[in-house]
Amino acid sequence: MAEQPTPIWDFHGGLHVDDRKAPSKASPIREAVIPKRLQLPLQQHIGRHAEPVVRAGDPVLKGQLIARASDYVSANIHAPTSGMVSEIAELPIAHPSGLPALSIMMEADGKDRWAELPEPIPDYQEADPADLRERLRWAGIVGLGGAVFPTSVKTNVTGKQVDTLIINAAECEPYITCDDRLMQEQPAQVIAGADILRHIVGASRILIGIEDNKPEAITALRETIDTRGQRDIELRIVPTKYPSGGEKQLIYLLTGVEVPSHGLPLDVGMVCQNVATAVAVAEAILQGRPLISRVVTVTGQAVAQPGNLQTLIGTPVAELIEQCGGYLPGIHKLIMGGPMMGFGLHSDSVPVAKGSNCFIAATEAESPDPVKPSPCIRCGECVKVCPAQLLPQQLYWYARARDFDKTQDHHLFDCIECGCCAYVCPAHIPLVHYYRFAKTEIWAMEREREKAEHARRRHEFREARLKRLEAERKAKLRKKKEALAKKPASGKDPKKAAIEAAMQRVAAKKAGQEAADPASENEKN
Amino acid sequence: MEFPVASSPHLQGDNDIQRVMGQVLLALLPGVAALWWYFGWGVIINLGLAIFTAVFWEWVVMRLRGRDPRPVIADLSGILTACLLAIALPPTLPWWQTMMGTAFAIVVAKQLFGGLGYNPFNPAMAGYALLLVSFPADMTRWLEPSVVSGHSLGLSEAWNAIFSGVAPAAGGWDALTGATPLDHMRTELSREHLIGEIRQSAVWGDFGGRGWEWVANWFLVGGLFLVWRKVISWRIPASMLVALALIAGIFWVIDPDIHPSPAFHLFSGAAIFGAFFIATDPVTASTTPRGQLIYGALIGVLVFVIRTWGGYPDAVAFSVLLMNMAAPTIDYYTQPRVFGDQEKQDE
Repeated sequence: MAEQPTPIWDFHGGLHVDDRKAPSKASPIREAVIPKRLQLPLQQHIGRHAEPVVRAGDPVLKGQLIARASDYVSANIHAPTSGMVSEIAELPIAHPSGLPALSIMMEADGKDRWAELPEPIPDYQEADPADLRERLRWAGIVGLGGAVFPTSVKTNVTGKQVDTLIINAAECEPYITCDDRLMQEQPAQVIAGADILRHIVGASRILIGIEDNKPEAITALRETIDTRGQRDIELRIVPTKYPSGGEKQLIYLLTGVEVPSHGLPLDVGMVCQNVATAVAVAEAILQGRPLISRVVTVTGQAVAQPGNLQTLIGTPVAELIEQCGGYLPGIHKLIMGGPMMGFGLHSDSVPVAKGSNCFIAATEAESPDPVKPSPCIRCGECVKVCPAQLLPQQLYWYARARDFDKTQDHHLFDCIECGCCAYVCPAHIPLVHYYRFAKTEIWAMEREREKAEHARRRHEFREARLKRLEAERKAKLRKKKEALAKKPASGKDPKKAAIEAAMQRVAAKKAGQEAADPASENEKN
Repeated sequence: MEFPVASSPHLQGDNDIQRVMGQVLLALLPGVAALWWYFGWGVIINLGLAIFTAVFWEWVVMRLRGRDPRPVIADLSGILTACLLAIALPPTLPWWQTMMGTAFAIVVAKQLFGGLGYNPFNPAMAGYALLLVSFPADMTRWLEPSVVSGHSLGLSEAWNAIFSGVAPAAGGWDALTGATPLDHMRTELSREHLIGEIRQSAVWGDFGGRGWEWVANWFLVGGLFLVWRKVISWRIPASMLVALALIAGIFWVIDPDIHPSPAFHLFSGAAIFGAFFIATDPVTASTTPRGQLIYGALIGVLVFVIRTWGGYPDAVAFSVLLMNMAAPTIDYYTQPRVFGDQEKQDE
């Protein structure tokens, strides 16, 4: 395996924040208890929601398909355990909006009986990548690092040349340790999954990027790579700096290549996948299992026993917290994801979804409520930390003024919402919030514009149609008129001719009578 | 269980505006101490007057705007403005002029534009410019440094001079006040004296005016502290001073008899103080990395131009105010290359 010191290209900006991983870092992954009721939102991924293929009252087995991908960019959902579908209804889910979403609710029967699963594909190297992708699609695998983009879509590289598969093992957000534990405890699955993904995308090498604050995971992966004797898998240790796990940042760190602004890693011949996704891929291909559970970190100062739990998708967060000893006094906030990019949950009644990597039960001291922001003094601290090399203070200014053209001039859509700017802001301005606001306003405006464009086209079409009909009508009329005007010249109108003929006949008759009776003629004269 | 939610990130660094302003105030201390040493207690009285006026007007304006004045006063920005202005004023300026300048800086230059963060012009320099234009005689009547005059103004002398216009006992105004080195140089040059002759006078030290150059040195210490603490970026002070030294150097090389050396330009007047404490005001300066270099350099050039051919002996205030107007345009055209930008890949 490659042990030579490899260069690391440092990206601009970023933060050195206290990683706060200690509370859950040392705790091995344990199985979470199967909950009595599970809630499976139909939208746990990027793309179109899944369509349910079961109805209330249907019995289901563990691993059975219960909702089917409804579009190319969509994902299957499987029953995480055996039981019965109790209802399909709008229920609260883990979403920043706090709005409910259509979910399949099921009651577990506690037997945890498996449905019939597809055959494993142990000799994946011989398999057609398209077939492997089809398996990932069946398994409902999405990016488990938090982005939840369907993996079968991301690995569809048809028509593009891919040379490198990047495995994102950075786990740069504070608190989160689920990937760290996964690498320590299942390094073989991680590497196997990576190798399968490499085969699917046709890459010649694998680069694993991991932050240097995970020495145990580094050792475990290194041993596994050595055992497999694969020289084309390179483990690259990057300095701990947030957000080194950002896709574009990690690619730059490992290769010195910048993914184009508005572009994808695929544009520079790379595909990036998270370690937990790699494990899910290995399970789908080598065991024929769908994605029905994931490792979740439960941590924060307001939970009694922080840890990492192998959790069924659909488990209510409250039950997960319960299994970690419950809340401690001082519980203030519940955050899903990391503290930098995650979002606050309104309630713990929502279920664990495919993208739920971490729940932080935070005290007020560790995640204080936002203070009243001061005015921006344009000190430029945000510029120093922005990994996208933007001018956050200018973006803020224009977003606030609703000058959305200027925000786009200042590359608003290159913002990855990592939160570094807001973290360092001495005025405590919720900068990321302003950028999200500007982005959604621009999207809404674009939708409006599209609608208006559509309406305009429809209107124009209607106008054109009416004009055409009018023109046709006029043309017809004109033809008729012309025909009328032409007739007397060419051939007499039969009616007129008949009348004329009749009149001639009458005249002739009269003439005959006059000749026969001259007296009357005289009389007349 | 229900929870309150807030936008990410859920962590916050420990920096705040009060701390930023507080560090700048701290960095002023060595320079202020040097000013006090060379020019006596008038410096301290000016500072007190200006701070009092600034706090008073911030309080009044915030009340008028129907807002809580306490956080605004506590962010120290108004106090900093007051200090920067007071430092730039002659140590025996009549009290009401100091108060008028400060009130103008706070009320007109800062609060009428919306308060901290919204003012297009550097408030301290706006106040200074107002006073300089309105009271040119008083504003250019500086005490001579104690190392030159041999007398340091005591507290009561300074008090009387400022509040009742009474000349200090030891020899009256004429004995104690004089032109600033820049003013001196300018007047003598206009009389067609050569630099060599002018520098014979006792008011000159190693680089610039005696005493003055040490004030500049101590402000330099404070300025370097701010750069070290990363409160200000090195770009504006460095580019301003380098540009000033370069353009002064060019003219000096061409004709050293009528153009003072670059060192004279750097260590006389407000060049050092301006470079580290005035031009770096983040609100009114350029904010992009390249923009800061351009902004600073143009201030340096303007300082030289106004000092050499303009109507005033020192030029930092006007140069900064002029460049304040240019800052938004500079920022717009000096946006950094965004990560992954294909067009500017080679930069």
